[in-house]
Amino acid sequence: MSGRVLVGVKRVIDYAVKIRVKPDHSGVVTEGVKHSMNPFCEIAVEEAVKMKEKKLIKEVVAVSCGPQQVQETIRTALAMGADRGIHVEVSAKEYESLGPLQVSKILAALAKKEEAQLIILGKQAIDGDCNQTGQMTAALLDWPQGTFASEVTLEGGHVKVVREIDGGLETIKINTPAVLTADLRLNTPRYATLPNIMKAKKKKIANVKPADLGVELASKLQVLRVDAPPQREAGVKVESVADLVAKLKEAGTI
Amino acid sequence: MANPLRSEVIALYKHLLYLGRNYPKGATYFKERLKHAFMKNKDETDPEKIRTLVKRGDFVIKELEALYFLRKYRTMKHRYYDEHKK
Repeated sequence: MSGRVLVGVKRVIDYAVKIRVKPDHSGVVTEGVKHSMNPFCEIAVEEAVKMKEKKLIKEVVAVSCGPQQVQETIRTALAMGADRGIHVEVSAKEYESLGPLQVSKILAALAKKEEAQLIILGKQAIDGDCNQTGQMTAALLDWPQGTFASEVTLEGGHVKVVREIDGGLETIKINTPAVLTADLRLNTPRYATLPNIMKAKKKKIANVKPADLGVELASKLQVLRVDAPPQREAGVKVESVADLVAKLKEAGTI
Repeated sequence: MANPLRSEVIALYKHLLYLGRNYPKGATYFKERLKHAFMKNKDETDPEKIRTLVKRGDFVIKELEALYFLRKYRTMKHRYYDEHKK
């Protein structure tokens, strides 16, 4: 086994920013808005770096697809401990329609090219909320998948994954190579220190085009309209308990 | 300031400035207070006292990292996990 782990990272609008819908309802405002690495991707990077620190794997490669700006996100991954980066160049126009299917085709092609032993992704991006890329990548590669991972143990030729599911926790054992997607409680991502950020500047980020990987970016999906969720209606104040009971009965709650 | 400690103090200042960019009350608010805190002690010459102050700075770094992590964790938990309980 190559001992190489591919980690996919996505540049998204920062989780703390208040999202605004564009006036033409074609999407959300991204110009001049603070962006950062998807929180679940941070957890994925941390898991890969931890594996390398425990000497279970040899190399962590951070991958991101998109226009020039995604290089910042790859640099953050490098500052957290990834060894090198791969920037899959996608024009700004094509990026608007880039979705999980295309990204998983790209990741699958890269995994074969880099002879990856593991692919670790965040379970979903906080902008798209698709929760599909990991699953699709595993299907395209015909690799087993350990999704919603809250605990990962690498043992020889397989991985033991504890998954967070609706009923509680499920523990599975899958062979490598495999795809894992990180859930919130997998680990606590580290903060890049300034010396590490300086060191990361020297690490290499390779440039690759989707065409080089034999991937077509055309999407069969089209966004028709984007709307903000309905405003929360103001609450109603009642004067007495009798009023409260009457209103509840009106609403059909009692 | 004693020479070897000078670079430590500057590194501490730079790191706190870097972390302060994401401060919930705003980067400018943080920077003003950071500068004020460092300027207050700029005439300190006793290496022991300087080391204690640097340790305090390291403590603040840990506090900030914990703050940022908890904020992010709680927001993600509320957004993605708490709905299920409704």
